[in-house]
Amino acid sequence: MQRHEVTLTVNGRTSTVSVEPRKLLVDVLREDLGLSGAHIGCEHGVCGTCTVLRDGRSIRSCTTFAVQVDGAEIRTVEGLADGAELHPLQDEFWDKQGLQCGFCTPGMLMRACEIVEQKPDVSREEVREGIASNLCRCTGYQFITDAVCAAAARMHSGSSETSGAQA
Amino acid sequence: MTTTDRPAAPPVRTHKEDRTWVGRSIRRVEDPKFLRGRGGYIGDMTVPGMLYAAVLRSPHAHAVIAGIDVVEALAAPGVHAVITGEQAAELCDPLPDFGPNPAAHTWRCLAVDKVRYVGEGVAVVVADSRYLAEDALALIEVEYEPLPAVVDPERALEDGAPLVHDDLGSNCAYERTFDFGDVERDFAEADVIVTDRLRWHRSGGQPLETVGAVADFDHATGALTVHTNSLSFTSYLFMVAGTMKIPANKLDIRPVPAGGSFGSKLFATKPAVIAGMCSRQVGRPVQYLEDRVDNMSNCDHHGSDRVYDVRLAVMRDGTIRGVDIDTVEDYGAYIQFGVGHHGNALAQVVGPYAMTSVRYRVRAALTNKNQQGAYRGFGSEVNNWMLEQMVDKAARELDLDPVELRRRNFIREFPHFIPTGNVYDSGDYDAVLDKALELSEYKRWRIEQAKAREEGRCIGIGLITAQERSVFSATEFWFWFDEPGAPVTSMPESVTLKVDATGGITATLYSCAFWGNSPETMVAQLVAEEFDCDPHDVSIVYQGSKNGLPATGPGGSRTTVMLAGAVEGATAKIKAKALRAAAHLLEANPDDLEWVDGGYQVKGVPEQRKSLADIAVMLHLFKHSFPEDMESGLEDSKVFDHPYTTMPSADRTDLGVFYPFMGHACHVPVVEVDLETGSVSFLAYAAVHDCGTLVNPRSLAGHIVGGTAQGIGTALYEEFVYDDDGQLLTSSFLDYLIPSAMEVPELRIAHHETPSPYTLHGIKGGGEGGRMMAPAAINVAVNDALAHLGVRVTELPITPDRLRAAIRAAESARGRE
Repeated sequence: MQRHEVTLTVNGRTSTVSVEPRKLLVDVLREDLGLSGAHIGCEHGVCGTCTVLRDGRSIRSCTTFAVQVDGAEIRTVEGLADGAELHPLQDEFWDKQGLQCGFCTPGMLMRACEIVEQKPDVSREEVREGIASNLCRCTGYQFITDAVCAAAARMHSGSSETSGAQA
Repeated sequence: MTTTDRPAAPPVRTHKEDRTWVGRSIRRVEDPKFLRGRGGYIGDMTVPGMLYAAVLRSPHAHAVIAGIDVVEALAAPGVHAVITGEQAAELCDPLPDFGPNPAAHTWRCLAVDKVRYVGEGVAVVVADSRYLAEDALALIEVEYEPLPAVVDPERALEDGAPLVHDDLGSNCAYERTFDFGDVERDFAEADVIVTDRLRWHRSGGQPLETVGAVADFDHATGALTVHTNSLSFTSYLFMVAGTMKIPANKLDIRPVPAGGSFGSKLFATKPAVIAGMCSRQVGRPVQYLEDRVDNMSNCDHHGSDRVYDVRLAVMRDGTIRGVDIDTVEDYGAYIQFGVGHHGNALAQVVGPYAMTSVRYRVRAALTNKNQQGAYRGFGSEVNNWMLEQMVDKAARELDLDPVELRRRNFIREFPHFIPTGNVYDSGDYDAVLDKALELSEYKRWRIEQAKAREEGRCIGIGLITAQERSVFSATEFWFWFDEPGAPVTSMPESVTLKVDATGGITATLYSCAFWGNSPETMVAQLVAEEFDCDPHDVSIVYQGSKNGLPATGPGGSRTTVMLAGAVEGATAKIKAKALRAAAHLLEANPDDLEWVDGGYQVKGVPEQRKSLADIAVMLHLFKHSFPEDMESGLEDSKVFDHPYTTMPSADRTDLGVFYPFMGHACHVPVVEVDLETGSVSFLAYAAVHDCGTLVNPRSLAGHIVGGTAQGIGTALYEEFVYDDDGQLLTSSFLDYLIPSAMEVPELRIAHHETPSPYTLHGIKGGGEGGRMMAPAAINVAVNDALAHLGVRVTELPITPDRLRAAIRAAESARGRE
């Protein structure tokens, strides 16, 4: 099958890969670029565990061909933390136990990232509606909602402090 | 055996009051890698030279395989091997099977001769990539001769039904009736006998990660190494070696984290066997990872699928005397776990109620569907639902308050042996109920309900009180048979603790990696409690089966209690050695030393002290400073066996103790039903659970919310729908509807803590509780909303079409009056 050169900027780093036109973005991220954070859950765009940001907007990388995003800027869960320092969303997911098995977490974090970046003063109801794009089979969403709201508040106020006291 | 000559219970323990780490909602130690997208799941694993397998699935529910042509597929680019079911049957023996008669309902990794459900595998392709493997699947020509399918479980049991397994001669894989207590007398003396017919359709765990394995067969040594996310019973893995036709000591199964299970990865051996078979055939590592359709149609882990005819013997004052249960279960095409799901139900078959007799008849029907496995509750959640519908119906028929009827029947003295012989170790059902009434604002909602009804709105309140058993022994799988040929199984769990030369502690776990619960956090908290360290400083590693100690793995909400026992035992051994070493170093009598804040010191003389690190460095490096019989190092293990399980009686009138640590909960959803559309929405939801002493309250709360969300799916949305021809109509998440954040309400959660008298700290298991309660509670709530219209829903899930049908039926019945 004919291969195509695709250039992607992923988490700030530009790479060119040679791929078949049918190769999915999620497979390019995982296999060609070694970024296994975006997961494959349903392979038909429903569950959202493959969610990444394309030019700031969330997409399903399991129903996107890599050739469709040539030249795009992609952000994945691997780009959230700054070295040892977790992103406020990651930190609040940890603090509020917004994850159990962790499989939906990368997609959920990227969707949450989009939500809080688009609307820093997002309400709890808007968070619930926003994350309804992504399935989580473990948490029942309540502690994810807690985490996103706490992170949004932190990011909005510019505080880098952890909001949740550890018991 | 009668009730008077039961084996003695374990000693009653005293629990320390001043716990430091147990009972605190610490951040989970597992989480940082998952938050960074570095979970290390099976799909993330690559091995040099690894190939990829894909399975061709049957499009027919029931058909003879007349021929398979793989010539074109074999010639396709990148293809290394194509293995048909017939070839697989030569390479591998049947899969491990705990069913009643495996020789007559034989289950293999790929179908041979005929397919028995839509999705059953008929051939596997191994290729350079999954893309190329799937390309080749499309080139395989299978000649099918379709047979009539049998889909309805009751029809399957009728004479003349198409046979799923010809060798069995019937579609009834198993039938038995148990009587416990004086059923005849209780029903003869009852003032009222409440009867109903109830139907629970099948759903499943459907974790977002499917099941997979990476297998590497080494022809040089004959050894097979399999990495898999299956939560296997380590102790039973020799059975997989048997299937693979290799010696058990040549098999090493290494756990990797599972992206959710909810039961559905319990002893999921088929992907490991397929990958192992392929690797052996091609001489290279092979990954087989189910895709979503594989998992939905072919995972061997659909949940319960039951028809119930039930009678409840009740006195005029509301006293429940006994229950008579007749159930047909649709097991699908195979029956790998036997009727263990009904054994599970028998652990808590009477709920929290002090009834004196139980009749339980089960018939296991085989049909042309994917088989059952495990789903959070393992069949006891269905019993909870059934019993609560019956209790609720009794309240309506007797015109008694449903809360007071429940309270009237509560068991209040513990330990309490229920008619089946299982024990409830402890509980305080009144306290849980009182807390739930307050938390849910029950009285206020009753007023709101009355107001809403005046406006023509249908609000329902669904209070239920039910059990959540924990810590299984395997009895439930075999007490169905009169001659098990085995004594009681101990289902052990093991932990190794190693204190390094700096005093740092590493815990090794053996049965599984991680599956969404928090074994690492929980073990870290328990270790920290024992050694006065920070749980986040405890290292946790997992060992493969080959170098493993006896271990069973998660299931039946057993892990916390079992690992706690193992941690306690290993700690005791380490502290005994550390004490002796400290006494030697301090030139003191061991009896004069005490453990204080992470070290041993002379009682009353805190300056004469050796920390664990002081002791550890000496034991690691300076052995010759110690008596001759002391060895270097500070490491020990504990194999902890089930602390309380007893044999069933020979006549099976008493099944013995097999699920002793009994949790309890009260759920109170408030729903509103839209009569026009048949949709159900939540106005409020409160849940109070008692799982004994809490280790990490927020983790347990997470399980309650998450389990409740799954219960909402079971009650309202999720169903594996097979049409009359056996086609699976819900084989994607577009049709099989998992609740999103918009369907799951905010829960109010409270815990009550009634410690177990028999476990460390009084811990009970609690991982399944949410799903064991929610379907029952939501069904009661919907019926409460519609009772004034004469509507009673007896079938789950309560989809809009089912609910509208029930509403229409009630309307036409009222029209006829």
